[in-house]
Amino acid sequence: MAKRIDVSGLSAYYGSHKAIDDISMTVEPGSVTAFIGPSGCGKSTFLRTLNRMHEVTPGGRVEGKVMLDDENLYGSGVDPVTVRRTVGMVFQRPNPFPTMSIYDNVAAGLRLNGIRRKGELDTIVEKSLKGANLWNEVKDRLNKPGSGLSGGQQQRLCIARAIAVEPEVLLMDEPCSALDPISTLAIEDLIGELKERFTIVIVTHNMQQAARVSERTAFFNLAAVGQPGKLIEIDDTERIFANPSVQATEDYISGRFG
Amino acid sequence: MTNTAVDATASAARPASPRLATRRLPRWTPAAVAGGSIVVAVAIGAGADLHSHIQWGLIALLLFVGGSYAITARVEGRRQAKDRVATSLIWSAFILAVLPLYSLIETTIKQGAGVINGTFLTHSMKNVLTIEPGGGIYHAIIGTIEQVAIAAAIATPIGILTAVYLVEYGRGWLAKVVTFFVDVMTGIPSIVAGLFILSLWFILLDKAPQSGFAGSLALAILMTPIVVRSTEEMLKLVPNELREASFALGVPKWRTITKVVVPTAIGGITTGVMLALARIAGESAPVALLIYGAQYINNNPFKGPQESLPYYIYQQYVDGNPASYARAWGAALVLIAFVMILNLVARLIARWKAPQHSGR
Repeated sequence: MAKRIDVSGLSAYYGSHKAIDDISMTVEPGSVTAFIGPSGCGKSTFLRTLNRMHEVTPGGRVEGKVMLDDENLYGSGVDPVTVRRTVGMVFQRPNPFPTMSIYDNVAAGLRLNGIRRKGELDTIVEKSLKGANLWNEVKDRLNKPGSGLSGGQQQRLCIARAIAVEPEVLLMDEPCSALDPISTLAIEDLIGELKERFTIVIVTHNMQQAARVSERTAFFNLAAVGQPGKLIEIDDTERIFANPSVQATEDYISGRFG
Repeated sequence: MTNTAVDATASAARPASPRLATRRLPRWTPAAVAGGSIVVAVAIGAGADLHSHIQWGLIALLLFVGGSYAITARVEGRRQAKDRVATSLIWSAFILAVLPLYSLIETTIKQGAGVINGTFLTHSMKNVLTIEPGGGIYHAIIGTIEQVAIAAAIATPIGILTAVYLVEYGRGWLAKVVTFFVDVMTGIPSIVAGLFILSLWFILLDKAPQSGFAGSLALAILMTPIVVRSTEEMLKLVPNELREASFALGVPKWRTITKVVVPTAIGGITTGVMLALARIAGESAPVALLIYGAQYINNNPFKGPQESLPYYIYQQYVDGNPASYARAWGAALVLIAFVMILNLVARLIARWKAPQHSGR
């Protein structure tokens, strides 16, 4: 199920501006990898290159290779739509479809991809909502609009929607930054459960969160404003937080700069 | 010692510093000032023997704005006075804008309500002498509904698809050209649209059109740019996050547009289409050129002259006798009611279709 991601020599551009420069890393299958680093260092951009969402931005362009097991996402003849079915994504702000009910939101990815049989949909919706720890809270109001839920519930709804299409990798772009501590805890517990089925990559500004949820941590930084962001190091989370091999990482983690 | 001196001056100065509660005028002041200025203006107008009541109104307006500034500035202070002046100006502008509308509706109802009855709504002008009372607008209602429906059936898909292209796909020169021509089309005088279809008929078929359908085509030309513009604005309001959420689920772009983007904006799009309908329902110029204004019922928009409400009003007015004047007012009232109903329906649809938001 879960797949290994192997990135080599990846650079991403917005028009002529180079946002990230020559990144290579490996993400192990069935694990959680956290990306940390200051704002604007290209963590989110890099995350979006992993399911070809970067090129949705006007002017977005990518160079390099992203191997998902043995297939290059940027190889010729690869359909970005298929890539995104395999590599799902959860966004910073909860974004349920406002015209759809809770049920329809979870079923959206399946239905929009052509699965229509009611029984099959029911099963997958229930399984996904249970997988996102949301089933008990919403099972009596599946036909109510998804926008009526609280922020934390909406974010879990978005996670349910993402896992309903059974991706093999789940990308999370600061999924807890708009949530209160209790909802954050719920999502973090959920990440712990999901990593058995999916390879998870999470961008976060919260160092404790990275330390709590991830096995591996990657630190990104940029030399100066306007310079492209770079991967400084990637290592086991324990090592990154206890004994990083690069001084810049230690400075960032301990709150010392320059 | 010096400290106590400082304290003394400070406490002496404190009462002079502004208090939070200041003197306020009672709530009825604006109404009283308005009433007073109207009385004074009427006195001045009558005294100076000014015939135009508009002059009376302007004097009252000036007195009201000046008076409320002076009184408020005296009692409450200058900032509050400026606030009052701005408020009064906005209210005056509102009344100035509403008065003509009110007067128009009042006149139309007064002149037109008398002739509207079952016969008027269900009979045509066939075999009715224009100088006689009687006859009706049934043929014109049929014509207007058919022509407007055909125009909408042509203009709505073209307009919405164009807007989808401009918002979702349009990049580079082609999008710029399309936007430019939509702007140009918005400004086409309706008579020119009529002439265009007329000449098209002569070029292609070598004869005059004489059908409701030709009128519909001209109306569609007028309607399309309005639909494009309003739909474009509505699609732009759909948050990009929703598109990205859909893409991230592996949904192709066209399904994202048809299942996520357009449904999210459908309320606004429908309102735009309805308003465009209301706008073209009142067009008379292209209709006059193309459908010829039959006096009898013609249910077939593709063959033979038809009638339409605006053109009916014009014909009856041109006939110039009391009976036809009354019919013109009656038809005008029906047309206004038709447009108002379209607007109301548009608002209801917009409210019904708007994305559900919780009270959170």
